[in-house]
Amino acid sequence: MAELLQYLFAGLTSGAIYALAGLGFAIIYNASHVINFAQGEFIMIGGMATATLTAAGVPLPAAILAAMALTMLVGVALEKFAIEPARNADVVTIIIITIGASIFLRGAAQVVWDKEFHALAPFSGETPIRILGATLMPQSLWVFGVSMAAIAALWWFFNHTLFGKAMLATSFNRLAAQLMGIGVKKVLLVSFALSALLGAVGGIVVTPIAFTNYEAGIMLGLKGFSAAVLGGLGNGMGAVVGGLIVGIAEALGAGYVSSAYKDAIAFVIILFVLFFMPNGLFGKKGVDRV
Amino acid sequence: MSMTKSSLLTARVGGMALLSAVLALAPLGFANAYYYDVAVGALFNAIICVGLNLLIGYGGQISLGHGAFFALGAYGSAIATSRWGVPPLAAMVASATLVGLMAFVIARPILRLKGHYLAMATLGIGMIIYIVLKTEAQWTGGPDGMGVDPLAVAGLALSTDRQWYWLSAALLLLAVWLSLNLVQSPVGRALRAGHGAEIGAQVVGVDTSHYKVLMFVVSAVFASVVGSLFAHKNGFITPDIASFHRSIELVTMVVLGGMASIFGSVLGAFILTLLPQMLTAFDDYEAMIFGAIMMGTMIFLPKGLLPSLILLIRKRMGGRS
Repeated sequence: MAELLQYLFAGLTSGAIYALAGLGFAIIYNASHVINFAQGEFIMIGGMATATLTAAGVPLPAAILAAMALTMLVGVALEKFAIEPARNADVVTIIIITIGASIFLRGAAQVVWDKEFHALAPFSGETPIRILGATLMPQSLWVFGVSMAAIAALWWFFNHTLFGKAMLATSFNRLAAQLMGIGVKKVLLVSFALSALLGAVGGIVVTPIAFTNYEAGIMLGLKGFSAAVLGGLGNGMGAVVGGLIVGIAEALGAGYVSSAYKDAIAFVIILFVLFFMPNGLFGKKGVDRV
Repeated sequence: MSMTKSSLLTARVGGMALLSAVLALAPLGFANAYYYDVAVGALFNAIICVGLNLLIGYGGQISLGHGAFFALGAYGSAIATSRWGVPPLAAMVASATLVGLMAFVIARPILRLKGHYLAMATLGIGMIIYIVLKTEAQWTGGPDGMGVDPLAVAGLALSTDRQWYWLSAALLLLAVWLSLNLVQSPVGRALRAGHGAEIGAQVVGVDTSHYKVLMFVVSAVFASVVGSLFAHKNGFITPDIASFHRSIELVTMVVLGGMASIFGSVLGAFILTLLPQMLTAFDDYEAMIFGAIMMGTMIFLPKGLLPSLILLIRKRMGGRS
């Protein structure tokens, strides 16, 4: 029982990060039908910027704000200079562009910072909390709490603000939204800024647990993509659920089956789900126009 | 596109002749064995990309996992020759057969998926194979990799980079010729119909999924054979040859050269293999410049290098006459 609880804690912690990354994929996909393979790099930039700024003596809150602003700026620049000019390109072409962007950002991180691992002190100490025989690190609570708060804030934004609703409308029908006077270009920019912000938040809260370096975003990005696909592309809540499922399955698999195969478990689940549900767990069935 | 059959034929023959000439003359500019070594790497990639383009460019299907088929060929040859003493040629054929069978089995359920879901599934299969190769150390040597004997056929060993160059150049010509024929065959026409309008093609009686499976298998077998060759040539392999990065590299070569352009794939593979060699001078900035070139090419030439180039030449010539 204590063991199971321990694995669940670990799974929910990493699952929350995957959920944030998956939601980032979903927001950009909804606004533009682009899969942004540089999503993991947003996580890396958020973590690296916070870690290096605090190491340089900047107080944590200021470092966090600066890291979030920097990541959003990168997201907006990515949309403006790489995605916007290629609006009418093929799906595969745009995939290559975002992969090129991820290589560029990793290269830039290596130049701006370095190739070393960077650590960040836990936000509220390292005294483990004991629950039913299992231990929980305070930072895990931060990860889970902040992630859920970010997801809730986003839900509120999409359902209760005019601009959020405009973004949703654009995802349902781009042309109709444009005809109703919604600035589709602005929607696109904001979607990249929001995804970048989500990535940065994930990177900042997870760095005290996992360390970070210029390559830290690769695996996290792929897991986020898995989460988004598992939930059904374009379904925000699906991506969140998908992320938590991937995280928990990984933790259980690593605990009970084989820790060497931890990273493979997520992909096995995805393949299994896709074979039986080609549009993910909660995805809309696509209709092809001939 | 209203190209007559004869102009298509001359484009094929002309392309083959040009490629043969380039491959025959290139060694004149090679100053030392290192040039041959890099050139063999470029030729290997070109063969894989020609096969992969059949799937991506003509079948309209993306694969983010072909690095894994390459690696399976490499490890198949390495394990069969070093553990069981199988002759290299037999090991290569056996590995390619197994990889082809595996591709055939997974093709149907996988190719039912569309767009990003297909990308995810192929990525997942590639990652699983990568992790298996890294973990099953008793077979593969784990992350440290394993040694491979040189390629020897009937007692004659292929040892110098120069010999490897001529072998892989001949194989590339063979691969290009096979692919050009496949593309112009009824199979190829059916596939292009499927890419343009899949349901339309199905309505008029083309079994599109059958052809997509065929292309998936052919491209996997190409990758596997090159993997076997690579293992023997290099003498040492690690699981990194199955990594996500490797699969991405291959797709990028195809898209950069031009989807649905066989010669474009050759060009794309040559450029992307040679580019890092030229960028090493930039040291820490290498990855940044590489990423920027990738983005820039796709933004300004979304159709790929060769098709854009041909279009440009046509426009020029059309303007003059």
